[in-house]
Amino acid sequence: MARFDAAVKARLDELISRYPTKKAALLPSLWVAQEVYGGWLPEDAMQEVADHLEVPRAEVEGVATFYTMYNKEPVGRHHIEICHNVSCMMFGADQLIDHCVRGLGIAKGETTPDGVFTVSGAECLGACCNAPAVQVGGTYYENVTPAKMDQIVESLKHAPSDVAVPPQSKMPEQTKF
Amino acid sequence: MSDQPQLLYKNRYVDGIAGIDTWIQHGGYEAFRKALSMTPDAIIDEIKVSGLRGRGGAGFPTHIKWSAVPKNFDQPHYLVINADEGEPGTAKDRDLMNAIPHLLVEGCLATMVAIRASKCYIYIRGEYVQPWQSVQRAINEAYAKGFCGKNVLGSGLDLDIYTHLGAGSYECGEESALMSSLMGERGMPRLKAPSAPLPMISGVWQKPTVVNNVETVATVVPILNMGGAEYTKIGYGSPRSRGTKLFSISGHVNKPGVYEIVLGTPFSEVLEIAGGVRTGHTLKTYIPGGSSMGFAPPTPLDYPFDYEGIPASTQTLGLGSGGLIVMDETTPIFPITKRLVDFYHHESCGKCTPCREGLNWLSKIYQRIEDGGGREQDLDLIWDICDNIQGKSFCALGEGAIWPVMTSLRLFRDEYLSYIRSGKDLVMAQ
Repeated sequence: MARFDAAVKARLDELISRYPTKKAALLPSLWVAQEVYGGWLPEDAMQEVADHLEVPRAEVEGVATFYTMYNKEPVGRHHIEICHNVSCMMFGADQLIDHCVRGLGIAKGETTPDGVFTVSGAECLGACCNAPAVQVGGTYYENVTPAKMDQIVESLKHAPSDVAVPPQSKMPEQTKF
Repeated sequence: MSDQPQLLYKNRYVDGIAGIDTWIQHGGYEAFRKALSMTPDAIIDEIKVSGLRGRGGAGFPTHIKWSAVPKNFDQPHYLVINADEGEPGTAKDRDLMNAIPHLLVEGCLATMVAIRASKCYIYIRGEYVQPWQSVQRAINEAYAKGFCGKNVLGSGLDLDIYTHLGAGSYECGEESALMSSLMGERGMPRLKAPSAPLPMISGVWQKPTVVNNVETVATVVPILNMGGAEYTKIGYGSPRSRGTKLFSISGHVNKPGVYEIVLGTPFSEVLEIAGGVRTGHTLKTYIPGGSSMGFAPPTPLDYPFDYEGIPASTQTLGLGSGGLIVMDETTPIFPITKRLVDFYHHESCGKCTPCREGLNWLSKIYQRIEDGGGREQDLDLIWDICDNIQGKSFCALGEGAIWPVMTSLRLFRDEYLSYIRSGKDLVMAQ
């Protein structure tokens, strides 16, 4: 069922206007689609993007499956991503992941039955000087200890989703191609 | 802080410096005004005199890239900023974009004047939502003040800057893969010169394109402010390593953080700036410039930490992106290296066989050793696979992936062996 209404299409058109080709707006459009479809990209979402950008559906899928941040499966309202690369690993990232999933009663990569949390490991988040780092939606938490992790989970339990895509800030008038 | 001259970070800790008014109060956009008063060739000359080299990892001389853009080309051409910072251990661009976004915007504008580009795309990795918002806010402020948009400050130039968000792919930090990604494709690298034209001739949308790292264009600002000749006086005299560079120092140091340090500063002093190795511990090894550079031995300590000094003194790949990871004697090397192998395996784009297959095999062998099924001849096998990736992969990812493997094997072979010979694998063998 189509979910791209006039407002969403207007957002996509504004994105398209920033590039010389429609296809170039594919990555930002998939971000918008992921937001509209509640945090992941079902087939309908990719079809709608393909239709609006006039790009073959296969190409949209090819791109969507290449990038790790486009979710091909539903994720929880809060996607907790714990950096497990070297600098974070040296400061207990693996133990932090174990602590987090055990507390929520799931395995790494899984979603809680109530659909609130998904926990996964992430590759270098670029917060190496404040390791270990955790990302939830657009928010970074740094120097995270197991106790601090518990507080984060607690504070998010009833919070609305902080989807990884904040509203595209409106650009001032741009020269059109 | 030490007595290191601060060019990029001069006003890093000033209250409200992310806002345009405070930025202008502290001399912001002076370099851009200066650029507008100069001819493009004069700007490129200034950069040439300064000796600025790319700060993203490869260290390519910036003025050569800039001057390769055709002079009489009417159609739009592009400046693309690589803010896809993903090299493990590197956190400098994020800090710069969060704290002093106008330094980046001003650097972009000055660079656009130099290469006669009218459009700039800042490609920011998908995870960097906060830096993205910070930079977008700065761009919007620059539009409101008339530094961006049509007929900027009455110069007759139209300068537009856009942000573009990636979606989680290490490979997109590679120049040609980044351009593919910007055009809405899978982030895979493309054929390079001499087999294909340079991006400066035919880049994004087949138009002349310059791709520069965030820190590179940011450094253009102090260079224009002080003059290229003055900039060359900062440093330890090496003509190929001038000026300052941002280093993100992480791991077992007392004060991890992002520091601006003069290129050529002795490594022991660099360590001191970050508070030295964790109190009560000793240096075991370190990665000088992001994980692809490989592991360095704990000695020597008194060599110039710059483009030439690092590879010459440590047998690693070099300065890279400036992501220094320090490890003390408590650090187990095999699991760290395995983590990196898994990382590169995960991020390999799959285009070329040596990287795709080789990293897959490496990952499996490391897993086998970790599970206790390792064999001593696995170490030769690892070396052999590395040898088959080295110099044979399509882009630098494969090359970067094997340096931590080969250097760790060279320096810490005994640790690998004890891992293989430990009780765990005896249990598994029964």
